Amino acid sequence: MTDELDRLAKALKAEKPANNPDRKAEILAMAQKSFNSAQEAAQPARPTHKSAQNVSGIWTGVKEMFRSINLRPALYATSALCVAGLAIIVIQPLRDSPLIPIGDTENYAEVRLEKLDGSKVKEEQLVVLDQILPGAEPATAPPPVTKPSTLKLRKMANERDSISSIGAGSVSGYLGNGIVADALAPVILSESNETFSNDTPNPLKIVTKDPVSTFSIDVDTASYSYVRSSIESGYLPPVESVRIEEMINYFPYDYTAPDISKAPFSTEVSVFQTPWNSDTKLLHIGIQGAKPAIENRPPLNLVFLIDTSGSMQDADKLPLLKQSFRLLLNTLRPTDKIAIVTYAGSAGTVLEPTAASEKSKILNSLERLEAGGSTAGQAGLRQAYALAETMQSDNSIGRVMLATDGDFNVGISDPEELKSFVEEKRDTGVYLSVFGFGNGNYRDDMMQTLTQNGNGVAAYIDTLSEAQKVMVDQVSGALFPIANDVKIQVEFNPERVAEYRLIGYETRALNREDFNNDAVDAGEIGAGHSVTAIYEITPVGSPAIKNDALRYQTEAVSNDGIDEYGFLKLRYKAPGKTKSTLITTAIPSASDQPSQEAQFAASIAGFGQLLTKSKYLNSWTWDQNIALANAGKGDDLFGYRTEAVQLMRLAQSLK
Amino acid sequence: MRMETSDEILVNRAQAGDSDAFGQLLERHYDMILRLGYRMLGSQSLAEELAQDVCCALPVKLGSFRGDAKFTTWLYRVSINAAKDRLRKQKTRNAAQQGWGDMFEMQQHDADETANDRAWLAQAMTTLPTDLREVLVLTLAEDMTQAEASAVLGVPAGTISWRVSEAKKHLRALAQAEEAYP
Repeated sequence: MTDELDRLAKALKAEKPANNPDRKAEILAMAQKSFNSAQEAAQPARPTHKSAQNVSGIWTGVKEMFRSINLRPALYATSALCVAGLAIIVIQPLRDSPLIPIGDTENYAEVRLEKLDGSKVKEEQLVVLDQILPGAEPATAPPPVTKPSTLKLRKMANERDSISSIGAGSVSGYLGNGIVADALAPVILSESNETFSNDTPNPLKIVTKDPVSTFSIDVDTASYSYVRSSIESGYLPPVESVRIEEMINYFPYDYTAPDISKAPFSTEVSVFQTPWNSDTKLLHIGIQGAKPAIENRPPLNLVFLIDTSGSMQDADKLPLLKQSFRLLLNTLRPTDKIAIVTYAGSAGTVLEPTAASEKSKILNSLERLEAGGSTAGQAGLRQAYALAETMQSDNSIGRVMLATDGDFNVGISDPEELKSFVEEKRDTGVYLSVFGFGNGNYRDDMMQTLTQNGNGVAAYIDTLSEAQKVMVDQVSGALFPIANDVKIQVEFNPERVAEYRLIGYETRALNREDFNNDAVDAGEIGAGHSVTAIYEITPVGSPAIKNDALRYQTEAVSNDGIDEYGFLKLRYKAPGKTKSTLITTAIPSASDQPSQEAQFAASIAGFGQLLTKSKYLNSWTWDQNIALANAGKGDDLFGYRTEAVQLMRLAQSLK
Repeated sequence: MRMETSDEILVNRAQAGDSDAFGQLLERHYDMILRLGYRMLGSQSLAEELAQDVCCALPVKLGSFRGDAKFTTWLYRVSINAAKDRLRKQKTRNAAQQGWGDMFEMQQHDADETANDRAWLAQAMTTLPTDLREVLVLTLAEDMTQAEASAVLGVPAGTISWRVSEAKKHLRALAQAEEAYP
């Protein structure tokens, strides 16, 4: 009985549209018109006429390459061009084929560089291709640009429209406000490469001169993401992109939970021997924000219902959605379960209920989602609910998380109907969150209905920080920062500590007097966030002291022998308050074995300093650092730390 | 002899603003778009409307073509999606009787065998759910392999073969109904 298909094939093939040349000409003319107006609307940054004929697609790829990697290696290779300001590299093929592997040097005679304003660089600045392509070893250039494979170029070109070219898995640890632009800044083509905000590493301070160190906490994590994507793409990140505190704070640490009746966060201080210097010590400060109610929250069963219709392919839609869900995924627990249903005409269940700990499996299926197809109708929402219901267990919370760019065109197009559907479904214990993406046909009425109805939560997501706010925090229960303007001040005891330096936090330094000034802004701690700061301190009498005592000014130091390395002061404002509260902790001058958490934090500090080639590391090697990280890995339920170790290995090989 | 310029080169040129290249691309693929539309929607005028939609949207859409698939694969996808959008709109307008539906109505009253076949086809196409319909159009009428269809539709090959078997079931049920009520 295969006849039906044969019969259908035959009948279907017999059906052909009539040839209608006039209509065709008309349509093609309209399309041409549309093409021309699209061109007019396009940005002026197009290749010159000549190159438009020959170069075509590759410049996009090259541009992308420079967009997603940093420009420095290229600038090394072509130092003459530093002055000219490298903006676009146009590769002119001799043959008429832009898709020839770029490594195939025979096909490319020269690389012509143009400034953004379109003016040509001078003849003598023309670079022979060999200089940036395989074949010649450039004198100082690090590997990246010397070995661009077509594959990579094309891949980057492919990712052009998704923020994830840089962010693929990379902005995932993002935890703060307004740092996305920061993270992405380095990928923006510009004449200047100075897009990283980072100061020179904190210098060694002499306690008798500068006994007080003041800084604002920083829960940003963008730098780690950037470093990761850079290393994963095969080159070491530029030194100025490495902000060590952001790397350290990328990781969740298992610090003691605070006693909420006293303060919204706990402070943990420990001192242990510096891994890379046996004559100094690390002062490790761990701050753990309270996790209101989520500590014992029931497991979540989340069904992502994702609109993958054709219109979702814009960068601020599906790609942003993927990143947002990735963020969310990072905050979930191993006991949580995820399923993904798409409702483009085609798919259905993309991911069967999967434990949140199987991160790569979830990420893979998320990554595979592609916009294309139109809305399937009712099926999507019903299927999502059905799936959520099967995932229910006694003490879990089910939630369907619908993400769409438009009219929630899921079969129920009438707000009233949607409302009653959701209401009815709530009785089954499944909640609904609706996330709108992109703009255009965004339906506020539908959102309102859901919100006012109270059964569902609706939010509009236009940026990753918004995604963080509404998706992650909402789900994890952290709806608001638990402490604002958190500042840390450490006063060192000159009787015990000769020198100190704060590792990282260069961009967060505050003046000593700012600490007590409530008008000075500082970082926030959200529910459940942890913040880590590490000082390397040189005890009095240590052979590691770098600064000799002065001949003419001898500070008489006397603290009546108080046995403390220093005194930690912490100021914060409760949300909505304008006056700050002070917490103080003495730092006893005892040295312990580091906790696993502190050990891992130290290894990330080491990682960052290896990347920045810090002079304080002495002869510390990658291998030693990797061993340290492995020792501090702990349970690593989500695999972040394992990933970090892999990155270190990779970085070691790139060195 | 000069070989014909590949689609990919034309696409790249078009993306760089070359309107001739864009024209060549359309000229080359217009018939496919029209044909696909015709078989998805079941009427000449609907297919032409669809071709117009697709062709006019292409200059902008082309910006998002990233070369990770063959251009034709991508174009098939764009066209299928446009067709499905139309089908969906038809549905919401309660106008399911357009296209294949119309043809079904018309052919029913004719007696000869071709008409019979066409009526059957129209009925089958009208009643097939869109996701099955598109798979059949691609695999049966456009002679795509399941792998190719899976690339166009962006679903796993397994889903394609599953849908084909679903479609078979559907057709069989249709045949049985026909026998029961001739």
